[in-house]
Amino acid sequence: MITVLRAGPLTTVQDLGRPGHAHLGVPRSGALDEPALRLANRFVGNPDDAAGLETTLLGCALRFAEAALVAVTGAVAQVDVNGRPVERPHGQQLFEVPAGGVLDIKRASRGVRSYIAVAGGINVEPVLGSRSTDTLSGLGPARLIEGADLPVGVPSGAPSLVGEPARIGGELVLGIRLGPRDDWFESHGLFGSAYQISPLSNRVGARLAGNALTRRDVGELPSEGVVLGAVQVPADGQPIIFLADHPTTGGYPVIGVVDDVTPLAQARPGTSVRFRELD
Amino acid sequence: MKIRRVGAAGLLIECDDADRVEDWRAELWQRREKGELQAVEIVPGARTILLDGVAPGTAGLLPRWEPALGGIQSEGPLVEIRTVFDGEDLASVAELWGVTTDEAIQRLTDTTLHVAFSGFAPGFAYLRGLPDAWAVSRLAAPRPRVPAGAVALAGGYAGIYPTASPGGWRLVGHTDQNLFDVRRKQPALLTPGTRVRLVAA
Repeated sequence: MITVLRAGPLTTVQDLGRPGHAHLGVPRSGALDEPALRLANRFVGNPDDAAGLETTLLGCALRFAEAALVAVTGAVAQVDVNGRPVERPHGQQLFEVPAGGVLDIKRASRGVRSYIAVAGGINVEPVLGSRSTDTLSGLGPARLIEGADLPVGVPSGAPSLVGEPARIGGELVLGIRLGPRDDWFESHGLFGSAYQISPLSNRVGARLAGNALTRRDVGELPSEGVVLGAVQVPADGQPIIFLADHPTTGGYPVIGVVDDVTPLAQARPGTSVRFRELD
Repeated sequence: MKIRRVGAAGLLIECDDADRVEDWRAELWQRREKGELQAVEIVPGARTILLDGVAPGTAGLLPRWEPALGGIQSEGPLVEIRTVFDGEDLASVAELWGVTTDEAIQRLTDTTLHVAFSGFAPGFAYLRGLPDAWAVSRLAAPRPRVPAGAVALAGGYAGIYPTASPGGWRLVGHTDQNLFDVRRKQPALLTPGTRVRLVAA
């Protein structure tokens, strides 16, 4: 059992989400930085789809009733166990927390989201095949609050230290495939200058601020299905890149689809974003 | 029919009208069931079907799978929704239709609706079947909170709010039936293709 001592601004249980239910209006959800969660799970010997915790900028603090093997990946942040920074022999944050020990993830110095994997996984009740908290629809476990208890599963596999953490920070260059509604826009406007990540970004979408995209077609778009990474352009012309908790359908045209949204999980407000067109 | 690219592994089929969307949705679900189509998501919209997580080469198969015209709307299971017609906007809907509220209720209970697509919230179904002439506009300002179970109209659609949320649809009544329950084997009561009758409770 894990008890939440400090929940942080938004700490949620996340696994690989619940794809396959979009036709019912159920968002995919899941870890925003999926490679980081997979890596943390491998470090502690969990299957890739085991549930871990996703923190936001300020980390969180947890007390472990039983000793546990723990890995922390994602954002660059100091990690304390019982008030002392953990040693990181291979640049990897894999360590034991003793019974009764307190794990404290500090404010991220680079990046936004840390991923905490515990051997055995966070064993809350799955909903539609996933333990992910969906901040848009409210499906899955509630976001962490102080005093909440989280059950831990039974460790299964052997820990592995194979895998490199991603490099975090600097300007992002995102590969994008235009369509399905690029013909509604003067789409070259997307590539001319850099955008900035807006502070209004969240698990639903990364909002960008910069060159407003002008519509060629002023019609109304009947609601249609949207995918992870879709760049939706609302009436103000400022693009929104849909992340894991995105709605399943939308009524604003999608100019293109970003190939890999992972770097956006770690992009702070103000980060510069450019688009590079893929074939 | 036109096919548009959606990222590396998605396709959007644009249909001539909403009936064709339902034909395509039924066709593609069957193809996937039979193992001929690989797709993680098949998501109908108002005029489109989105396929996501498809195998390479799928775009080339689609023109060969063009479904026969019409007729699928009557195939889905029939779900009756016990409805109390006490919605705050029932009078305004009746006025827009130029009928009494009793006649408006009669119209709603006499019409067999069907689920065209879902979205907005888990289990929220866009119901077609009302004649185009009965389409009503959304409220000028959405309500900050519409209660769960509210039966409502907007555009040419009817819909039932599965959970409390903000909403701009015109409320005609409410039901105590649970539209979305993750403990059920089929969590959504109304899935694309399902036929729906509103029954006065």
